[in-house]
Parts: sequence; C-alpha cells; structure tokens
Amino acid sequence: MSATTDARRTSGDSSPRLPQPKVPVRGLRRFDRFVPNSRYTSVLVTLALLIATFGVGSMRYRGFFSGQVVLNLFIDNAFLIVLAVGMTFVILTGGIDLSVGSVVALSTMIAASLLRSGWSPPSVIVVVLVVGTTLGLLVGLVIYYFDVQPFIATLAAMFLARGLCYVISTNSISITDPFFVEMANARIPLGPGLRISPSVLVALAVVIIAFLVLHYTRTGRTVYAIGTGTQSAMLMGLPVRRTKIVVYAISGLCSAIAGVLFTFYTLSGYSLTAVGMELDAIAAVVIGGTLLTGGSGFVLGSVLGVLVLGVIQTIISFEGTLSSWWTRIVIGALLLVFILLQRVLTPRRR
Amino acid sequence: MTSPISTSRVSGMLRDALRSRLIWPVLALVALLVTNVIKSPGFLSIRIQDGHLFGSLIDILRNGAPIVLVALGMTLVIATRGIDLSVGAVVAISGAFALSIVGDAPDPNDLGVVLFAVGASLVFALVLGSWNGFLVSVLGIQPIIATLILMTAGRGIAMLITEGQILTVSSAPYKVIGGGYWFALPASIIIAAALFILVAVLTRKTALGMLIESVGINPEASRLAGVSSRVIIWTVYTFSAVCAAIAGLMISSNVTAADANSAGLWIEMDAILAVVLGGTSLAGGRYSLTGTLIGAFVIQTLTTTVYSVGIAPEITLVFKALVVIAVCLLQSPRVRGFSGRSHRTPPPVAGVAAGASTPAPSPSMPAAQTKATM
Repeated sequence: MSATTDARRTSGDSSPRLPQPKVPVRGLRRFDRFVPNSRYTSVLVTLALLIATFGVGSMRYRGFFSGQVVLNLFIDNAFLIVLAVGMTFVILTGGIDLSVGSVVALSTMIAASLLRSGWSPPSVIVVVLVVGTTLGLLVGLVIYYFDVQPFIATLAAMFLARGLCYVISTNSISITDPFFVEMANARIPLGPGLRISPSVLVALAVVIIAFLVLHYTRTGRTVYAIGTGTQSAMLMGLPVRRTKIVVYAISGLCSAIAGVLFTFYTLSGYSLTAVGMELDAIAAVVIGGTLLTGGSGFVLGSVLGVLVLGVIQTIISFEGTLSSWWTRIVIGALLLVFILLQRVLTPRRR
Repeated sequence: MTSPISTSRVSGMLRDALRSRLIWPVLALVALLVTNVIKSPGFLSIRIQDGHLFGSLIDILRNGAPIVLVALGMTLVIATRGIDLSVGAVVAISGAFALSIVGDAPDPNDLGVVLFAVGASLVFALVLGSWNGFLVSVLGIQPIIATLILMTAGRGIAMLITEGQILTVSSAPYKVIGGGYWFALPASIIIAAALFILVAVLTRKTALGMLIESVGINPEASRLAGVSSRVIIWTVYTFSAVCAAIAGLMISSNVTAADANSAGLWIEMDAILAVVLGGTSLAGGRYSLTGTLIGAFVIQTLTTTVYSVGIAPEITLVFKALVVIAVCLLQSPRVRGFSGRSHRTPPPVAGVAAGASTPAPSPSMPAAQTKATM
C-alpha cells in the first residue's frame, strides 16, 4: 500500500528525530491518506482546539478578544508551562513524575523561609534550584539502579517533598523581599496596552532551551529513542542509563524553576499550595499530543496544552455564573477527547 | 542430638521466610508495633466499655478499614496489569451523593432513607467503575490514563453534588456505617472483613483468581486460551469503584460530613502503596490479598505511631516516604539478588535442545518439582 511505503520512505531520510512505526489501526487505514503526517496531527488538533475555544470566548464575551487576554494566559500559567516542559521530558521516555506539585510547594517554602531569615535573593534561587534538581536526580537514580517503577518512586518523592514542607513550617510564610516583590509586580510593555511579566520570559526561555535540547542534541534524540523502545535504544549503543536519570533531574529542575515562578506569582510559601498541580501538568502534556507510552510528542504541544487549560479557566471566569469546579470537569472531558483521538491516530503499541 | 536433616529443614524454612515477599512488610509492622509498646506499654491492651471493645489496636483496625477496602479493589485491578487512580474521587463522590440524599430527605433518621442513599451511591459507583472498565477493556486505553480522567473530573463532580459546600448531616442510622458498633466491634471493621473474606473465597476457591492473574501476565495469550479477559478487566474496575464507594460511605459517616475536596485525598496513593508493600507487582500477574492487608495496616500503624510517639502529625508524610523507599528498595530485584541468587533454579528448557520429536526428560526437572512441593 502506498501509504505505508510513503511512511517508510519519509522515515528513511535523515530526520533529526527517530522514525515512528507508522502502522495505522486497521479500519482507519483508508483515512490515513487524509492525514498528511500524523506525527504533527495531534499538535495541530490541539492548536485548532485552542483557536476554537478562544473564538467561542471572543464571540460570547465582550472584551475577550484582546491581546492582553492572550498575554494574561501566559502570565497566569508561566509556572505551569515550565512544569509541563519538564513533564514532557519524563513522559517522552515512557515514565511519569508525580512529584512535581510537591516540589513546587517545597520550593516556595524553602524560598520563603530562607528569605525570612535574611538570605539574598540570588542565593535563595540557587538553593531552590539545587534542591529540586537533587531530588529529581535521586529519584532517577532510585528508578534506574533499584528498578523501582517511576510511578512508585516519584510517589515516594511526592510524599517526601510534601512532608519536608511541613517540617519547614505548617503556616503560610509571606514574602516581603524587595526583589521578589519587584518581580511579582513588574510588567514589561510590549505595545499599546500590552504587558507581560518577567516570569513569562523565563518560561519562554525554558521552552526554547527544552526545544533545542530535545531536537538538536544527542540527549534529546536518546529521550525519543527510549520512549520508542528501550531495548532497541540500548542495542543501538545509546546512553540509556544516563538519559533516564537525567530526565528526572530535568523534571526536578523544571519543578524548582516553576516553584520560583510560583513564588513570584503568589509572593508566599505555603505547604498546601500546588496540591494536584501534577495532574494539571500531566493533563496539559496529554492534551498537547504527547503519548503517555512515550516516544512521540513535542514541547510546543505541551505549551499549547497549558494554553488550552488557561483559556478554559478564562472562559469560566468571564462567564461569572459558572462555578470553579466546572473547570475540573471540562478538563476531564478534554482529556477523554484527546486520549480517544490519540487512540484513533496512533497504532496500538505494546 | 539433632539430625542434619532437621537442621537443614529449619534453615530451609528460615531461608524461605527470608525470601518471602511478605517478610519485609511483616517485619515493618512488627517493628512499628514494638515501637508503640515501648512508648506506651498499654498499647496492646483491649478493654471492654459499654459492651464495646476499645484500644489502640481496635483504632488501627477501624481507621484502616477504608484503606483496606480501597486496597482490596486496587489489588485485583493491579493484578490485571492495571491501576485505578480514580478511587479517591469515587470516595468523595459516594460520600457526597449519599449524604446529599440523606440530607434532602424529610427525616434523616429514617432507616429506609439511609438504605436508599447507600444503595443509590453504590449504584452510582457501579456506573463510574464500569465507565473506567469500558475505557480500559473496550477502548483499550492505558489504565493509568483512563482512570486519570475520572480522577481529574471526579472531584469536580463531587463538588457539583455538594454545590461547593461541606455537607453536614446528622443521621443516626447513617452514622453506624463508620462510627457504630456491631457485636462489640466497630461496624466498619466487620464490613471490611466481610468483603475481604468474600473476595478471598471468590478468587482463591474458584478459578477466578487464576483467571485474573493470567490476564495480568499476558492478556493476549489468555484471550487466545479462551479467557474472556475483557469481562474480567471490566469487572475488576467496577469492583474497585464499589470498594472505594463503601470506603467513602465509611469516611463520610465517621465524620458525618462530606467534603468534596479532602475526603479520600491521596487514598489512591495509600492504596497503591499498600498493594506494593504487600508484594504485588505493579507489572501485574501474581497478587497477594494477605500482603495487601498487611500493607494497609503498615500504613495505618505508621500514621498512628507518628501520633503516639509525639512527632508532629504533619511529618507523617516524611516517614511514609522513608518507609516506602526502604521497603521498595528491599523488594527490588537488585537487593533481592544479593540474598537469594544461589537459590534460584533456572526454569528447565526441555524440548528446545532435544528437538521437537522426542523431548528428553531434563535432569533438572525432578529437582525443580521437589523444590516446588516443599
């Protein structure tokens, strides 16, 4: 069949990414020719959904269709974008990281308590980043050396990080440090009436770096290779062991960065903050078209996923009469739609 | 004078015990209990007051009942190579649903109303569970993602039922489920024990348990062998949701309130930990209900111990994490390889080397058989 030979030919060229096995589900084969390149399809569908939900919002609400609403999506979700980027790395290798929400909470607690005891802001940020990365690194080492499943190891890390928050303090600590307050209130003008916060720049920098790492470095290609098939990656002589550990360290680092951005956003440290944020991150990654089995997906897709979640929240706040719990139900429904979509677009893999 | 046979048998038993998957959780449980006894010597005593049994051990059993129930359902799900993340949400939904029915009734103390509320929320759980089962068995979605949908949306549904409030209803018959006594024992212990025994008998005295394990070990092969794996997978998810719903009824009845946000928060994690501590692999297949029971009580005793030793209760999570890490590491293949490497007999590969026509009896076969019967 021509579709399969086409797929084989395109996968044979020297594309930077590893080729995906492109065997369409039986019965859907005849639809395959309408799908130009199914590697990008789910991302394109997410983009279409983003435009559609934004369009619906613009038509229904006065003042929704404005540049600042779009920029607010980035301002309000900068930390979630960074989290989703880290999660994308882990999920691409076929793993999962449940600890990210707790690490965000731990980061806010460490930052708030160190600032209260008079540390300078740069050293505080360095400490937070080092702690997050170390925790991620330890999780990676445990997963690799002791063959513990990622689900259980990151679950233990989630409990550990959350518990350490309580060890630091059970009360909310507010931040009065001038630098942090400045970062929270600063707005960078982009044009008439358009402003972004410094956090957005940090988040975009993380996205760009992650994109470059995933697509233009050996580590990035190994990440995709592990997700497609750990055995074959090992047989190809790729550094599977190192990459698997590094991926969790990256996720820990991203969680710590997200934690710092979250303190810029809330100006406080609190043990019970960011409960369930790991679910938002996973949902964003899935809606962004990354396969939870690993091997297929893009960082930019995850960013789109975060923006979709943000648009839904904005619509619900514009509606006013809708209660906040509808957000969760809508996110659940969206997850379902995208998972079914992935099921249709991609072959069953063992 | 001891004969060499008996000493070797004793050491063999010791070795078997050490190699058993349950040894570490049992040791952890014993260590926790000993810690408690050292801290407060009256820990193990059980006294009778007003015809009811009281004591720390009874408290552990009673507070552990919801975890045991959820972990029971989770064990069967994990045995089929699945996982159910939605149980916490189901706990919240069932408590909210039952209490909203009881609260809307003209007389909350009417037994009929309470029975109707309990029945209705169990039916609701059946629907939620079969939704999970449908996604996993019919649509073939990975269990962790399929149940993630309900985990995310479930608390929203629970808040929809309670309209964002914390429902508080005082109803004497409803209070019995989580806080009442039957035959001198807390009712929740009896409910959990009855369900546990029911599952143990159903899966171990019939072929059901074996079928569940076969689905977990290789779904495709068991389907080809005539096992209706789709029905079995569907059933275990439904059962898991029903177990979670009963746990939800217990929790909401114990505090006579339904809190959509915090009821059953992280109970799915506790349940999964209980199953893993009990030696059931997340990769599916062989499962141990006894192990799950021990695992659940390790978690509950740990919580109680942290309270009784006088550590701030907020730090429980740190200890939980340390115990999980320790037990997981001890159970991991690498560490187990240090202790039991020499005892593992490789499976006989008869027929491959000898050719297809006349499979020669492998010399290692009798040895393997005696090992198995020991």
